[in-house]
Amino acid sequence: MARNKEGLILLVDVGPTMHSVLPEIQKVCSLLIQKKLVYSKYDEVGVVVFGTEDTKNDLTKEVGGYEHVTVLQPIKVVDGDLVDVMQQLPRGTVPGDFMDAIVVGMDMLIKKYQETIKGTKEDQVYTIAEQMAAHGMKIDCIVFKGNQIHDTHDSIIKENDMLLSIFSKKTKAKAVRVESSTSLLGALRTRNISPVTIYRGDLELSSTFKIKVWVYKKTSEEKFPTLKKYSDKAPSTDKFATHEIKIDYEYKSVQDPSKVVPPEQRIKGYRYGPQVIPISSAELEAVKFRPEKSVKLLGFTNASNIMRHYYMKDVNIFIADPGNKKAIIAVSALARAMKEMNKVAILRCVWRQGQTNVVIGVLTPNVSENDNIADSFYFNVLPFAEDIREFQFPSFSNLPASVQPNSEQQEAADKLVMMLDLAPAGKEEALRPDFTPNPVLERFYHHLELKSKHPDAAVPPLDATLKRITEPDPEVISQNKLVIDEFRRCFDLKENPKLKKSTRRLLRDRTSGSFGGEVVKNEGRSTDLVTSTSTVKVETIGDSTPVPDFEAMISRRDSPEWVSKAIFGMKNKVFDLVENSYEGDTYPKALECLVALRRGCVIEQEPKQFNNFLHHLYRFCQEKDLSSFCEFLASKDITLITKTEAEDSEIAEGDARSLFVKAEPNSSK
Amino acid sequence: MDMDPDDVFRDEEDDPENDLYQERQASKELLVYLVDASPKMFNITCPGEDQKNESHFHVAVSCIAQFIKVQIINRPYDEIAICFFNTREKKNLQDLNGVYVFNVAEREHLDNLTARFIREFDCVEESFNKLIGSEYGIVSGSRDNSLYNAFWVAQALLRKGSAKTADKRILLLTNEDDPFGNIKGVTKLDMARTTLQRAKDAQDLGISIELLPLSRPNEEFNVSLCYADLIGLDGDDLAQFMPLAGERFEDMKKQLRKRMFKKRKVRRITFMIASGLSIELNTYALIRPTAPGTITWLDSVTNLPLKAERSFICADTGALVQEPPKRFQIYKNEEIKFSTEELSEIKRVSTGSLRLLGFKPLSCLKDYHNLRPSTFVSPSDEEVMGSTCIFIALHRSMIRLKRFAVAFYGSSARPQLVGLVAQDEIVDAGGQLEPPGMHMIYLPYSEDIRLIEELHSETTGNMPSATEDQIQKATALMKRVDLRDFSVCQFANPALQSHYAVVQALALDEDEMPEINDETLPDEEGMARPGIAKALEEFKVSVYGENYDEENENTAQGKANAASKKRKVASEDALVKCAYYDWPKLADDGKLKDLTVQELKYYVTAHKLPVAGKKEALISRILTHMGK
Repeated sequence: MARNKEGLILLVDVGPTMHSVLPEIQKVCSLLIQKKLVYSKYDEVGVVVFGTEDTKNDLTKEVGGYEHVTVLQPIKVVDGDLVDVMQQLPRGTVPGDFMDAIVVGMDMLIKKYQETIKGTKEDQVYTIAEQMAAHGMKIDCIVFKGNQIHDTHDSIIKENDMLLSIFSKKTKAKAVRVESSTSLLGALRTRNISPVTIYRGDLELSSTFKIKVWVYKKTSEEKFPTLKKYSDKAPSTDKFATHEIKIDYEYKSVQDPSKVVPPEQRIKGYRYGPQVIPISSAELEAVKFRPEKSVKLLGFTNASNIMRHYYMKDVNIFIADPGNKKAIIAVSALARAMKEMNKVAILRCVWRQGQTNVVIGVLTPNVSENDNIADSFYFNVLPFAEDIREFQFPSFSNLPASVQPNSEQQEAADKLVMMLDLAPAGKEEALRPDFTPNPVLERFYHHLELKSKHPDAAVPPLDATLKRITEPDPEVISQNKLVIDEFRRCFDLKENPKLKKSTRRLLRDRTSGSFGGEVVKNEGRSTDLVTSTSTVKVETIGDSTPVPDFEAMISRRDSPEWVSKAIFGMKNKVFDLVENSYEGDTYPKALECLVALRRGCVIEQEPKQFNNFLHHLYRFCQEKDLSSFCEFLASKDITLITKTEAEDSEIAEGDARSLFVKAEPNSSK
Repeated sequence: MDMDPDDVFRDEEDDPENDLYQERQASKELLVYLVDASPKMFNITCPGEDQKNESHFHVAVSCIAQFIKVQIINRPYDEIAICFFNTREKKNLQDLNGVYVFNVAEREHLDNLTARFIREFDCVEESFNKLIGSEYGIVSGSRDNSLYNAFWVAQALLRKGSAKTADKRILLLTNEDDPFGNIKGVTKLDMARTTLQRAKDAQDLGISIELLPLSRPNEEFNVSLCYADLIGLDGDDLAQFMPLAGERFEDMKKQLRKRMFKKRKVRRITFMIASGLSIELNTYALIRPTAPGTITWLDSVTNLPLKAERSFICADTGALVQEPPKRFQIYKNEEIKFSTEELSEIKRVSTGSLRLLGFKPLSCLKDYHNLRPSTFVSPSDEEVMGSTCIFIALHRSMIRLKRFAVAFYGSSARPQLVGLVAQDEIVDAGGQLEPPGMHMIYLPYSEDIRLIEELHSETTGNMPSATEDQIQKATALMKRVDLRDFSVCQFANPALQSHYAVVQALALDEDEMPEINDETLPDEEGMARPGIAKALEEFKVSVYGENYDEENENTAQGKANAASKKRKVASEDALVKCAYYDWPKLADDGKLKDLTVQELKYYVTAHKLPVAGKKEALISRILTHMGK
C-alpha cells in the first residue's frame, strides 16, 4: 500500500441499543467519507454493520458462523455513493457481537491487501490481536454509553471492556468512551493526517549530556478548505475547462503608474521613521541572524512562574527517540521529576539549520497513564520582551464602591460558577476540546454534500448536536434556572444614559453622517493613514444609531460595494438584536432596522436580498424559539417586497404576506 | 524568501484574523513630551545600577530615548516633539521664557522621528548644561510662569492635524507636585488659575494631558495639590491614579515605560452570561508576536516606492476578469460553487458575541489546549452600566473556586470555543506585573489535536519507565539548575534586535554592522559549576551507565555514515548520467526546458549546486552556472 493511502473498514453496531445515536453516527461517518473525497480521493473504505437481522459476509459462506454481520459495502475507493450508504444505515434488531464484526472486517482487509489467510482461530482475541499487529492494522473503538443502560447489561459491558482492553494492550488500538452525542461527533478522527517530525536530534541538557528526541506538532489548526476562485468565462461547451482563475501581480511605480517594474528589479525597503531603507536580499542574507540548529536547556523553574496565558502558538510534543531505550528512560525520569516537583523546563530551540530566528519555550511534563505509552513533554512557545504590551489597568480594589459586588451578589456569582458545571463528578466532561468537533467544518461539508445534489441548496441550519457547542445546553440551564434567575435578580444592568445623549449630539453635528472616533479607530482599516485627513465616512453599522449608519452607507457612491456591505451589515445587526433580546426588549429596535433595510432594498432594487433575508430570519426565529418575534413582525405588517415595488422580485402582490400567514399555526402552538 | 503577494493581499477571508496579530495603526498619534528640567529634577536621585545614584532627569530622558527607538520602527507615522521647561535658554516659536524645544536640522518641531533626531537625543544629557541649562522658571517677583509657557508651546505644536484622525497627547514628566509653592498670595492664585485655564483650553481642543509624576524618596507625589485639577481628575479617578513610586532607578524606568504605551483596545464585545443578561467587555492584545516591520517594495534602480497591482486572469480563456464572486471546490469530480454570502453564512454559527456555556475546574485546561496567543478582557461600563460589577463578582468567584469559564466566541473569522481564565492583579516594586482581568484562551477542536503519544506505543510489553533512583537523580539536578526569578519576557528576540540594528545602522550610514548579543543562549559557565556538573553526571550515569559517550558517538556516526553514503552514491550516479547530455548545446538551443526535472537535477547535483526549487529555478541556476 502506498504511503499516505489508507484502507479503512467502518464497523458500526446498529443493534437496538444504538438506535438513538445512529443519526449522529451517520453524520460523522459521512463526514469522514466526505473529507476523504476532498483530501484523499484514493483511500479505500468498506462498511460493515452488525446487529442486523440478516447475515451477509464472506466468512459465513466460507467457514460458517458470523451471524448478524452484514457487509454493506465491500472495500472500494471512496465515491459519492458511499456517502449515501452511510446516510442510510439500516436499523438492526438483535444485539450485535463486535468480536465477529472485527474478524469480518479484518478478513476483508487481509483479503484486499494480502494473500488470503484461511482458518484463523477467530474466537481468540489474542490471536486476532497478533494478526492485526502483524499486518500493521489499527483499530479505534468508540464506545457510546447512553444514560439508558440497564443494570442487567453490566456484566456484558464489563466483559466487553475487558476484551477491548486486551486489544489496546496488544495492538495499536484505542478505545474511547463517550456519553453525549456531541462528543460522539468529535471522537472519530474524520481526517487522518500522517504526522511528521519538525525536529529530530538532541535535547541538550548541557554541552556533554544530550538526549535523543523527536518533536511533533500536538495541535495544529485544521483550516477551512481554501476554495478556488471560479471563472465563468469558458464556453459551456468546453468539457475540459478548469474554470480556475490565475492571479497576476504587476509592480508599478507609485509616481508613474504607466511604468511596470519587473519583479527581479524590486528591492525590499524597511521603514525607519520617514525614511525607507532599501536592503537587497544579498545584504540581508549577509547580516541575518543565523543560529545553529539545536535544542538547549536553559534551566528549570517553578511552574507558577509561567502563566497559562503566555502560551503563544500551537503546541508541540517532545518524545524520546522511539528506538532509543535509554532516551525513553531519561525523558521519563525528567518528566516524572518535573511533575513531582511542580517544575517546568525552559528551552531555546532552533528546529532547522538555516532558520533565522530562535524560539524560547516551556516544556511541561506529560506523564503517561498507560503502560505501553511512553512519557513525553508538551512544548509551548513563550513571548519575547518585544511581544508584550504592558498596559496598566486599575486594580479592582481601587474601583469605586458602586461597582464592587456586595456579599449577596458575590454569593450569587459563587453559586453560578459552581453550579453551571461542565465537568460534574462521575460524568463525562462536556465540551472537552479533544472530543468537540468544529461546527463550521461540519456545516461546510454538509452543505457541500447538499449542493452536489442540488446546486441551489440553501445553507443548512446548524445541527442540534452542534448547537451544544455554540450555545449553552438547555438541560444545564433548566436544571440551574433558580441559580441563574437569582444571579439575574442580584445584578442590575442598564444602558448608560449619559453616553447615548452625547453620541447622539455628536452625530447630529457631523454632516457627513460620520460615526464616533472610536469606531473609526477600530474598523477604519481601509482608510489610508496619510491621506485621510478630510471627512471620515461611515463604514460599519454601529450599535447606537444603526438606521442612520445604514442609510449613510447605502447611499455612498464612491464604490459599488457599499450597497451590499450596508445590506450585509444591517442583516447582521437585525440578527444580533433579535438573538440578544430578553423578553422582546430589543424587538422595536430590530423592527426599525428591518423597516430601514426594506426601504433601502426597494430603493436600490435589491428585492431578493430582503426577501431571502426575511425568509431566513423567519426560519432562524423558529429554530431559536423566538417565534414571538415573528408574531411581532406580523402584527407590524412587515411584508416581502413585491413585484410592483421592485422589478426583480418574484413575489406577487397577493403573496407579500404569505410568510406570516404560514407562520401563524406554528407560532401559536 | 519572496512572499510579498501573500503579505500584501491576503484573501479577504483571512483578514479579520490578522487583526489579532497586528497592532492596528489606523490612527496616528501626535505626542509632545514636556520634561521638567528644573534643578530639583537633577538634585533628587534614586539608586541605580552599580550603586551609582541617578537623577530623576536622567530617568526621564533615558526612558524617552529608549521609547522613541521602538516607536520609530513600530509606529513610524507618529509625530513627536520633546520640550524641556524650566530651562535657562529658550527656543520656541512663541519665544517664551523657560521653554526649550529640542530638535535637529531638517525637521519641524513636531514631526516624524528621524534617525538623526534619535542619535542626537541620545547625547542630550552630555551637552545639556552648556546648551539648554536648568533654571526654575516660577519665582516670586517675576511674572514668568514656565509651566504656563510649556502648555502654551505644546498646544501650539499640537495645532497641526485634525483631532479626528490623530490622537493628541501631552505627556508631562515632573517631580514637583506644587509648582507655585514658593509664590505667595494673589499672584499664586492668579498663576494657578491662568495655568489651569491654559490646560483646559488644550483639553477642549481634543488634547489629552497625562501626568507622569516622579515621587521623591519618602514623600509621595501629592496630585491633589495642583495637578488634579489640571489634568481633570476628580473623585473616583483620583483614587485610581497611581503616582510613580519606586526607590530604584530600574523600577522607575519600568513604570515610566508602561505608562508611555497608549492603551489600545482591539474591540468591544458583548459577553452573554444568560439570555437577556449581557455585559460589555473590552478586548486587548497584550501578547502578540512582533514582526520586523512592513516591507515597502522599491525599484532598485531609482529607490522609489512601488505598488503592486493584482489582476485576475481566467485560466481557460486568458481573459481578464473582475474579482470573481464565486468560489468552488472539486467534489465527486464536479465543481461545487459557493457564493461569498453562502460562505460567510456557513461560518456564522453564532452571533459575534461571546456566549457563556459553563465552568470547569482549572485542571481541565490542559497544556496542549492552545492554538494562538491569548486575548485579555477587561470590563467596561461605557455602554452597559453594571458590567464591571458582574465581572468582578465572577472574577473573584473563579479565582477562589479555581475554575475557568468555557464560552463560545463567534468571531467571523474563526468561531471558536474559548477558555476564560481569571487572573488576579500582581504588583511588585516595578508596578503592575499582571493586570486584573481574564485571559481568553483559544481552545482547539478535536480536528486540531493530533494523537502523537499513541503513534509509537509499545505492542509487545510495557514501555520502559524510569526507576525511583533515576527520578531522584533528576530531581536533584532540577534543584541545582533552578531559574528562580525567571520571567517570561526577560529575553529580547535576537533575530528582531539584529534586524532593527541593521536597519538603524543603514539609516544612519554607519559603516560597521552592530553585533547583537544573543541573550537566549544557555549559561555555559554556570552549567559547568562543580555542583551542577556533578548532578548532571550522576543523572547521566544513572540512566546511561558509564559508557554514555561511546554509545552516543556510535549512533551518531552510524546515522551520519548512512546518510552520507547515500548522498555519495547519488552524486556519483549524477556525475555519470550528467555526462550523457550536451549541456552547452541544450542551453544554446533553449532546449533545457524540454528536459524533465529529474534530468536537470543530474546537472545541479553533479556540479554541487542547490537542488531545491521549481523547474524554472533549476534552469536559471544551470544557465548562471554555465555563465550564460
